[in-house]
Amino acid sequence: MVGALRGVGPPPRERLRAMGLVLPLLVFLGVTFLAPLATMLMRSVHDPVVADALPATLAALREWEGEGLPSEAVYEAAARELGSAREARTLGQVAGRVNRLRSGLRSVFTRTARNIEDVTDGPWREAMAGLDSAWVDPGTWHAVRAAGERFTARHYLNAVDMQRLPDGSVAPQPEERRIYLPLLWRTLLVSLAITVFCLILGYPIAHLIAHAPPRRGNLLLALVLVPFWTSLLVRTTSWIVLLQTQGVINDLLVAIGLVGDDGRLSMVYNMTGTLVAMTHVLLPFMVLPLYSVMRSIPPLHMRAAASMGATPAQAFRRVYWPQTLPGVGAGSLLVFILAIGYYITPALVGGSSGQLISNMVAYHMQTSLNWGLAAALGALLLAGVLVLYLLYDRLVGVERMSLG
Amino acid sequence: MRTDPLARAVARTSACAAALVACLAGQATAQSITAVSYGGSYQKASTEAWFEPFTAATGIRVGVEDFTGGLAQIRAQVEVGNVYWDVVDLNASDVTLACDEGLLEYIDAETLPPGADGTLAAEDFAPGTLSDCGAGVVVWSTIYAFDARRFPGARPETIADFFDLEKFPGRRGMRRVPMANLEFALLADGVSAEEVYPLLDTPEGLDRAFRKLDTIKDHVVWWEAGAQPPQMLADGEVVMSTAYNGRIFNAQVLENQPFEIVWDGQLLDINQLAIVAGTPRVEEAMRLVRFASTAEALAALGRRISYGPVRASAAPLITTHLETGVEMGPHLPTHPPNMARALRRDWDWWVDNQDVLNERFSAWLAR
Repeated sequence: MVGALRGVGPPPRERLRAMGLVLPLLVFLGVTFLAPLATMLMRSVHDPVVADALPATLAALREWEGEGLPSEAVYEAAARELGSAREARTLGQVAGRVNRLRSGLRSVFTRTARNIEDVTDGPWREAMAGLDSAWVDPGTWHAVRAAGERFTARHYLNAVDMQRLPDGSVAPQPEERRIYLPLLWRTLLVSLAITVFCLILGYPIAHLIAHAPPRRGNLLLALVLVPFWTSLLVRTTSWIVLLQTQGVINDLLVAIGLVGDDGRLSMVYNMTGTLVAMTHVLLPFMVLPLYSVMRSIPPLHMRAAASMGATPAQAFRRVYWPQTLPGVGAGSLLVFILAIGYYITPALVGGSSGQLISNMVAYHMQTSLNWGLAAALGALLLAGVLVLYLLYDRLVGVERMSLG
Repeated sequence: MRTDPLARAVARTSACAAALVACLAGQATAQSITAVSYGGSYQKASTEAWFEPFTAATGIRVGVEDFTGGLAQIRAQVEVGNVYWDVVDLNASDVTLACDEGLLEYIDAETLPPGADGTLAAEDFAPGTLSDCGAGVVVWSTIYAFDARRFPGARPETIADFFDLEKFPGRRGMRRVPMANLEFALLADGVSAEEVYPLLDTPEGLDRAFRKLDTIKDHVVWWEAGAQPPQMLADGEVVMSTAYNGRIFNAQVLENQPFEIVWDGQLLDINQLAIVAGTPRVEEAMRLVRFASTAEALAALGRRISYGPVRASAAPLITTHLETGVEMGPHLPTHPPNMARALRRDWDWWVDNQDVLNERFSAWLAR
């Protein structure tokens, strides 16, 4: 029995050597992919800044029922901890967190912390109220208490346009701030449309390349690959030059008299621009997997089908198409996943309707520094991709995927 | 607040992997520091006016990198404890934010050099251009500009004309952020400059600004990058566009474009030099900040690009454009006639309100 098992795999030493070869990759993946991913997921639920900076205030706030003003003990703790947070230079982060829950409080915090040093003795409530009337507004304390949760679902609620009310119930955001769900929805639709366009355009091209004589095939392949190697920004701005109202295409249409000079089409800075530019940018990711799959299909199959009486349409539908499915699946998955993460192209050519969810992720990463919300939005996208992947695995089978 | 050592090590490694070059540069001698700016013509001007003369005077090499603004990279460096940027050129809101967050070193205004005429630094700098963590260097502004060829008859002269589609038909370019657009909307609606921010602080005032924006929303092409407005004007894609004044100056003077700037209602802003907290080269960084904030250095910049000086004693030193000999005065946002109806951006207000307003603006755009 043992001997039979030993016969199955390589001996331990060789297995170890094989492991050694894979180890660098595993370490690399761990450091550059798994660890950041875990950090991101952690950040979307874990936010200890306020809890660490104002422990006594939050402890005292626990006694407060949420009606009226909190007790003098809360004010005393807050006054002391604001001062020490200022000295430790964590105040800005604390104020920023609270400001997200109730805007305007950032400057209240920093101003109070600067001036509270002059106050040496209570009553603290009057002293703080004297510095800013926001301190005698229960809303301020609700915001402090909410921001003080070490583990929180706030970012996820925010990412689906919901908020937690002071009484603990969950409600939709006010209408003028509902933005993420419509954007997520639009991102999915746009990505889906681009995937379909890429498939419609890419399939015949891939077929042509795969079954052309080698010289012509190589030339065609180069036509696909050269744009693929060109900088994304260059390609995007070239589309602006082509599509804008005073651009090449409109000039051409006016010159041949198809549209009047005052009837120039607006094809960029709107959804049309996004769809055209992104389809072009992502097309190679569809063509290459399709090409590699199609090349492996012997032309003999189609001829055999024809010899058995199939019309070209029947032969395509029943013989050729099923064999290209792994390429179709891989290409579509690749294009879709890349499309939902794009943000430079839609930002440049998209106009007012060109904002996608990834633009908001970039905004929260770079400008508002609300990394928790950016992480929550990213996690939602990741979940979407995983669902899609599982669906694909169910329908087509991941082992049949061919990326070329 | 710091993450555990393992996560830190991991983060540090990945940060290094992402910026391998910068990490290697960071290991070099202390006689070299890294300054960060926005690329393009402004960075070229600051390199010639500040960084190269600084190296010549002190022997300290200055590596220049570009970024697109924002604090994300600075925060990442400080949190991970691996600071490879030393001096950063930031706008005033970002300095306020970053200073509160502990991302920047304090800069003592008293150590800044006196003015060209010997006045103390604290008196020579315009009010509000020095802060706890930043030394002001340039005044720039958001204005709107138009293509003169498009308006052979009456020309736009006031900020209200920007919103007047009947008198001046055609598409407008605006930056896709609430900042500046809300101020312009209220000014165009007849609000005086002093009243703009108090009014924006009320829900009614905000609604009023958005209502005014509603009136031109369908005719707006939104831009993201500062290079876009002059391009869109040159292409005829828009007939007028909000823009940064230096970019329009470049197009006017270096590319001979028939653009004109409307200074009425211009929104003034300042940029400051700041030092990233925890840099091991803080001494050298401080020397660079002092060097670049002398009146002579500010004037050297002002003769290369049309951004105004923040020091009174630097203004008379800015004479003509070095390359073309154009008189610089009338092109500067701080030129008295240009200041007639200028609004100073209230960066504290924006620091408080930008998160909420950005969401509201995005939702408004999507409707």
